[in-house]
Amino acid sequence: MNVTRGFTGRPRVPDPGLPPGQYDARDDWPVLSAEVTPDLDAADWTLRIDGLVAEPRTWNWEEARALPASTYEGDVHCVTGWSKFGTRFRGVSLDVFLDLVGPGSTATHAVAYSHTGYTSSLPLADLSGGRAWIAFEYEGRPLPAEHGGPARLLVPHLYFWKSAKWIAGLRILDHDEPGFWEQNGYHARGNPWQEQRYSGD
Amino acid sequence: MTETTLGPGPFVPPTRFAVPGRIAVGGDAASAWRTATLTVIRRETPHAATFRFAVPGWAGHLPGQHLLLRLTARDGYVAQRHYSIASPPDDAGHIELTLDRVEGGEVSGWFHTVARPGDTVEVRGPLSGFFAWPGNRPALLVGAGSGVVPLMSMVRHHRSRGLRVPLRLLVSARGPRELIYADEYGAETTPVFTRGAPAGVPVGRMSAAHVAPLVADAPPGGWEAYVCGSNGFAEHASRLLVEAGQPVDRIRIERFG
Repeated sequence: MNVTRGFTGRPRVPDPGLPPGQYDARDDWPVLSAEVTPDLDAADWTLRIDGLVAEPRTWNWEEARALPASTYEGDVHCVTGWSKFGTRFRGVSLDVFLDLVGPGSTATHAVAYSHTGYTSSLPLADLSGGRAWIAFEYEGRPLPAEHGGPARLLVPHLYFWKSAKWIAGLRILDHDEPGFWEQNGYHARGNPWQEQRYSGD
Repeated sequence: MTETTLGPGPFVPPTRFAVPGRIAVGGDAASAWRTATLTVIRRETPHAATFRFAVPGWAGHLPGQHLLLRLTARDGYVAQRHYSIASPPDDAGHIELTLDRVEGGEVSGWFHTVARPGDTVEVRGPLSGFFAWPGNRPALLVGAGSGVVPLMSMVRHHRSRGLRVPLRLLVSARGPRELIYADEYGAETTPVFTRGAPAGVPVGRMSAAHVAPLVADAPPGGWEAYVCGSNGFAEHASRLLVEAGQPVDRIRIERFG
């Protein structure tokens, strides 16, 4: 341990909800997109799921909003160090979409991509089983554009760069294909509880 | 079942590609923590100071990259933050960080009130190739407040290497006293003062009047634009760039937060 002379840090408040190396952002919700926030109307938004699936499909806004909705209430964790507790997103579970397209028996991963071309890669297991959503609302209001509105991917158990803003689609694959940050040195999976920030962690 | 046949090669999303491409920064992202010894503290403004470190074995960086810095308390408590690197790559074995004093900030607070030459901290990096500038393409740099820090690494690199490639810097500050690196700017830089300025210098937010002429005057091949600052500033400045005709896929944004 390399102790820093004179450093005491914040008062220790044991918080079992805080993954290692994270701090509580409280009311802040930092925006860290690397690209220009797009002007994307809900009317122009679409979501496509294709690749290794029985039936590729595209949903427009009304079709996606007509699917059975559900809510995520819990925490989100950003690789830059902040965590946000008690967030409430409303959307449609990704299980609903995946059931409609039918991933093939060899499918193992997906690339999520944005209407800006941003990509993130995820194991299919992290996108199913009630752990991922297409989110339309935050705290009861339309998701703000700078946070990915009209719709973003939400995979709250992984670092938030996986939760692609302005989600445009998922390509289902039989291998892991690194996305934008994964190609820029970030970890392939990004589990905050194992502090998988960078490649090699 | 009928599965879609996948073509060879990596998947490219069928969208207008608005995320600028990766910039190669060389092989292994340095994953090791290194000890950095503070050698000099230099005051820049009433709220910002530069901290110079000797880092034996520093892997080298490109202008615009950042690092992860951590402080460890006696009981093992660790605080870590990302900071942009202010110094150019040629400053062998040394790096400089310029830190704002953040209200209640446990890390910046330690730097501004406790740190003195000889102290050691730990750093890991350099990180992320996305906001890097290798010096090989015309660069239009737009920053506000301490958002100028990674851009200054680019300006210093341009200068120390005597690069001919065009480079311009638009930097916004509340006033001349808050302008970081004020004595170092040359003809490449236009400061914008938002709250107060010397007599005869206009005061106001960065506007199309600042951005549009630079975009219109793009060199052959166009600018690579680098925007750095708070999210509010980044949203404002990136919109000005797009409205002035800068292609969205050539705007790289580093937002503080």
